[in-house]
Amino acid sequence: MLVLIAQLGAIFTNAIAEVGRMGMLLSEVMRWTYLCICRRQLPAPWKVILKQMYFIGVSSIPVVITTGAFTGMVLAYESYFQLSKLGVTSWMGPLVANSLVLQLGPVLTGVMLAGRVGGAMTAELGTMAVTEQLDALRTMGTDPVRYLVVPRVISATFLAPILTAFAFVVGILAGFGLAVYGQGVDGHYMWQHTKEFLVWYDFLTGMTKAAVFGGSMALICCYKGINTRGGAEGVGRSTTEANVACCISVLMLNLFLTMVMYVFDPFRSV
Amino acid sequence: MPETGEDLIVFENVCKSFGSLHVLKGVSLAVKRGETLVIIGQSGVGKSVSLRLMIGLLYPDSGKCLYMGREIPQMNDVQLDEMRRHFAMLFQSGALFDSMTVGENVTFGLRANGMTDEDEMTRIMEDKLRAVGLGKKKFPEIPAKLPSQLSGGQKKRVALARAIAVEPEIVLYDEPTTGLDPIMSDAIADLIISTCEDLKHKNVTSIVVTHDMHVALKTADRILMFHGGEIVGEGDPDYYRNIRETDDDSKLTEKEKMIRQFVRGQAVGPIQAVL
Ligand SMILES: Nc1ncnc2c1ncn2[C@@H]1O[C@H](COP(=O)(O)OP(=O)(O)O)[C@@H](O)[C@H]1O
Ligand SMILES: [Mg+2]
Repeated sequence: MLVLIAQLGAIFTNAIAEVGRMGMLLSEVMRWTYLCICRRQLPAPWKVILKQMYFIGVSSIPVVITTGAFTGMVLAYESYFQLSKLGVTSWMGPLVANSLVLQLGPVLTGVMLAGRVGGAMTAELGTMAVTEQLDALRTMGTDPVRYLVVPRVISATFLAPILTAFAFVVGILAGFGLAVYGQGVDGHYMWQHTKEFLVWYDFLTGMTKAAVFGGSMALICCYKGINTRGGAEGVGRSTTEANVACCISVLMLNLFLTMVMYVFDPFRSV
Repeated sequence: MPETGEDLIVFENVCKSFGSLHVLKGVSLAVKRGETLVIIGQSGVGKSVSLRLMIGLLYPDSGKCLYMGREIPQMNDVQLDEMRRHFAMLFQSGALFDSMTVGENVTFGLRANGMTDEDEMTRIMEDKLRAVGLGKKKFPEIPAKLPSQLSGGQKKRVALARAIAVEPEIVLYDEPTTGLDPIMSDAIADLIISTCEDLKHKNVTSIVVTHDMHVALKTADRILMFHGGEIVGEGDPDYYRNIRETDDDSKLTEKEKMIRQFVRGQAVGPIQAVL
């Protein structure tokens, strides 16, 4: 029993230490970003940055759109039955739209990015670490944080909100489509209600969340990647750990951001 | 060019541990400008760690690592980069950048040092590739290839070309001939020997970590043998040759017996093969 508690404690302290070291990496990223802006330099050549942006952004569009569409449809389908009991099916508009914009869009985009992009990111940097490529960069006067981590974290921070926008636009269209053409809901009223209830601050909340999820996903994956030890096995271990850490952090940050954004909500009623 | 003979890199009683693993237990050495120093020793005695300490990729737990009289751990980022401009390192695994072509790999250091003239860089790249036996005539397609498309020997050659492209003053070689087939290993050994000699004329300092006694005896001005976290042998190639040829145990100290065992490559002797 005591051993179990000790082990749990060790896991906990280890996790805290890990978060601390990620915080240090984040400060390093911010320092380089600041320096690059001051010196009007790019952290890495255009070609390298564009490749990252393409990989994180463009090639994630299909998976994000698919996720959004099916989530929107299942929300519409499910809420129809609940709302039809009350005879207010047109209220499913704001229900679907709000859920997608505020919660499901950013969270699912975050989780999908962690799986599709994060895994590859950790594996790539992990392989570079175990094959001494990061050391080679350092010896040639190029800081790996500047050259590898900054472009990834910045790209992910800016591209995740755009991907989320894709997810909720497609999700809302798919959900409304299913409701109007499949379930016979009155599209006009549904749209009216949605317009009343969905305000700019909701979009800001969703986008902010997505930016934070994207950035933290990239930060976690880069951290796990550049700290990989122990050959191919180590790369596998890092990739799994990074994936788990990303998914957990998306969910925890989601709660946190929901609360924070609520506090600052200018439209809040209570 | 600064004069030959000044102390370039100095270790004073350097200790380095990883957790409970004490790798270096008080190593002192001095590398003079222009000399070729060879470091030999079993796997895991901290040869790579020593090279990393020299170039500031690792810092010592205690003791001092000095470059031109300045302590490496005390340098800030700018000073460290400035120091590293004088260095080049040939990594054990080659460490070519997977995502870049051979040409981009070879010119990477030049770009990092601020060179922008593409024609000049292409000229240097072709020049260095020719120097390592991958000249344009015989291998016209090499600069456009990715590292994954190269053979093991070619990777080592490209890595060497990348290392010498920046005209370094100090070149660190980490086991350049390890992990290749015997014929390729011999070819790379010859390349390393000729490169060292070539660079020596330009007063370049070379530090070579190797298991290959042929390379060691051929290139070295001085050979250090590491064992158990300490330096157990120091001498010129003749000293090592003499020990190798001595069969009479009574003429050798304990340390020299270790050296003899290592140089002869015998499993039986004072050094236990760790399995
Ligand atoms: N960054 C590191 N973290 C933990 N252990 C390390 C690290 N670098 C080296 N070691 C350990 O130190 C020992 C010496 O390593 P090394 O210098 O690479 O040996 P070699 O003499 O074969 O080059 C090895 O047991 C290795 O596992
Ligand atoms: Mg080694």
